[in-house]
Amino acid sequence: MINAVGREIPDEILKITGKEPFQGNFYKEGKIFTKAGPSIRPVMDNRHSKLLKSIREALEKCGAHDGMTVSFHHHFREGDLIVNMVMKEIHAMGLKDITICASSLGKAHDPLVPMIEDGTITNIESSGVRGKIGESISKGKLKGLAIMRSHGGRVRAITTGESKIDIAFIGSPTCDDYGNCRGIGGKADCGVLSYAIVDGNHANYCVAITDCLVPYPNLPAHISQTKIDYVVVVDEIGIPSKIATGAAKPTTDQRKLLMAQYCTDVVVNTPWFKDGFSYQTGVGGASIASTQYLAEIMRERNIKMGFGVGGLTKAMCKLLDDGMARVMLDVQDFDLDAVANLRNVNHHRITAGAYANPLNKGAFVNKLDYVVLASLEVDVHFNCNVVVGSDGMITGAQGGHPDTAQGAKCAIVICPLLQGRIPAICTDVTTVTTPGESIDVVVTDYGVAVNPARQDILEALKACGKVPLKTIEELRDIAYSIVGEPRKVEFGERVVGIIEARDGTIMDVVREAKEFKFED
Amino acid sequence: MNNPNKKRLRRTMMFLNCQKPGLIKDPYIYQPDSIMLDLEDAVAEKEKDAARYSLYHALQEIDYRGVEKVVRINGLDTGLWREDIRCAVAGGCDSIRLPKTETPKDVEMVEQAIDSAEQEFGIPKGKILIIAALESAKGVLNAGAICSSSERLFGIALSGGDYTKDLQTTLSGTGVELMGARQHMIIAARAAGVQCFDTVHTNLDDMEGFRREVQIIHDMGFDGKSIINPRQIPIVHEIYTPKPKEIIFAEKVVREIDEKKAQGIGVFTVDGKMIDIAFYDGAKRTLALAKASGVYDGEL
Repeated sequence: MINAVGREIPDEILKITGKEPFQGNFYKEGKIFTKAGPSIRPVMDNRHSKLLKSIREALEKCGAHDGMTVSFHHHFREGDLIVNMVMKEIHAMGLKDITICASSLGKAHDPLVPMIEDGTITNIESSGVRGKIGESISKGKLKGLAIMRSHGGRVRAITTGESKIDIAFIGSPTCDDYGNCRGIGGKADCGVLSYAIVDGNHANYCVAITDCLVPYPNLPAHISQTKIDYVVVVDEIGIPSKIATGAAKPTTDQRKLLMAQYCTDVVVNTPWFKDGFSYQTGVGGASIASTQYLAEIMRERNIKMGFGVGGLTKAMCKLLDDGMARVMLDVQDFDLDAVANLRNVNHHRITAGAYANPLNKGAFVNKLDYVVLASLEVDVHFNCNVVVGSDGMITGAQGGHPDTAQGAKCAIVICPLLQGRIPAICTDVTTVTTPGESIDVVVTDYGVAVNPARQDILEALKACGKVPLKTIEELRDIAYSIVGEPRKVEFGERVVGIIEARDGTIMDVVREAKEFKFED
Repeated sequence: MNNPNKKRLRRTMMFLNCQKPGLIKDPYIYQPDSIMLDLEDAVAEKEKDAARYSLYHALQEIDYRGVEKVVRINGLDTGLWREDIRCAVAGGCDSIRLPKTETPKDVEMVEQAIDSAEQEFGIPKGKILIIAALESAKGVLNAGAICSSSERLFGIALSGGDYTKDLQTTLSGTGVELMGARQHMIIAARAAGVQCFDTVHTNLDDMEGFRREVQIIHDMGFDGKSIINPRQIPIVHEIYTPKPKEIIFAEKVVREIDEKKAQGIGVFTVDGKMIDIAFYDGAKRTLALAKASGVYDGEL
């Protein structure tokens, strides 16, 4: 069946997954559903100890079994040690057919590949995967399907019961013996535990893993003792230097600075740029530079940000410290300055659900004026691809891309026209991960294109005369005139993964990659 | 030989190392007026042929979208410059920048090489222009003769690094050591009716110093500046672009002079300022610059 972004979703996949094809951003608006709940083993006995000696003991106490689903959060990013530690134990127990439900997986998790190949892990649900796991899925090594869903989509899948977590493993920088978890105060601080909160609420068993056991009570808890079944203390939960890095140095790359300047010109010349506006941006060089340019103009015009949200960086937190933003809403911290900034009383932790779940009673992303995003590819329908590389290999993550793009009044994607020799602006993206109806403006180093559905934005930018406007087709044509139109990547028949829309429908499928052969 | 490109707008002339494909593939996105594809100092000795190869193919393949393509060749004291010129002309450059120019003879040698390259590659005679870089006391002293040495020569440029070395001093940041050369060169250029360009500012962290320097050379009458980074472009263009007030005043001056001349009036006032025919060319130049900079589309 062809879905609303023109992608063929095989009937067989719709049948296996019980999902519907994507039918537009607001298909589920107002549709009532009932939340799923976990099974709970109450603890009333005041002599009960939650402290266990090992992960193996926790797995046994939680009734680990073949075919179970285990979940993880990715606040430790590329410094994460929890996933490998737990999966090693599961592998050693000889368990099979495990589903991993992670908020994201990265290169740090390359050691899972042999477990995919030997059938220990047969299904993966994640925002995305990078490195060798992505390659392994794309090469058809995973027996089941990989489901890629956004941060908001994951919370939706868990709260509707579509993803049923048997055991959640929650890495916690500090924890007491009764399970009060905090993202700070330990050896491997990640600041917030936002992605794990839904796991705490919905998993049948929750195991907190820490390398810093602190005296009871560890308050204010970011995940409460009332959600945690067991606590395990290990030597190390993460590598600090890979969790929250030092703040990225301001970029001197002129191409990025040029795009940052265009992006800032777009923001300040559209109608939502006024006192109290809301804003989210990413961690890339152009995004950070754009935030700095924006700050200068905010100062000049005496405009303050109402709220900033997202994975936070030093540049955003500085706005708060300088009194130029009223509050920051934090789901993830990308650098140490952002972690340290949590001391500011106006820097608030929010859950991934509050941030972006499309099926709650209104997420923070709905109140965004601007979001600045990146993309591997954007096509002439404004569809974005942030997951599958132009070589057909799974290599990225949806993150909050579809959530914020849909929510924001003005969703801006910054994307250099060419990624090496590959045109990033193209006729059709390899895989649709965020639908074009969510994307309003595309900023490239060769000019800026506005989605024709947003005549209001186009008029505003024409009127200011500062932005080099082009149509998206013109940008594609420039790209093709420089590097040529690439041949389409060839895929095999088998579907190895699905790109889930925020609301649980299917946006696109990812097929097995076919090895490229040079013609004679 | 009357090449209209001799007088084109050249506020920013950006050096790019031909050895680096990433730099030469699309510098036009930063909108400099000219790029100077460098085969000389930026290129390592053992990479000279590779750089030449990149240059030729870049010139052949890339649409630089109206940005002037100048090629800086190796000096006349090397065995490289003749082949540099052949390669640049065959590729389709607009101009040749001759480094270390000291005498009119140097320019003449380059002119002859361009003549034969144009002939060899079937390019209309006189299409390729020359800019001479003055990098020594001798070169600066000969500025007047150099400016009149060739019909192809559109301008001279100061090269501050080598020049201060020759003066046995260093770049101080104040510009005091360059004062004499700048003054002498702009006078020589204007006397010969060619353009004049200032040296590069190499400290990219000192954007304030850069801005001061650009303001000084603008006020001295220079046509533009050699630059080394796209970051410097907006500042030069901002300083060189006539302000709305200046454009309005220039328009009034031109109109009034035209009108008053017809009535036989020589001296009069515009906005309280005394104006006569001597202001005419200056006002015309302001409007031409405004038009070329894309901020004026009036009829004058």
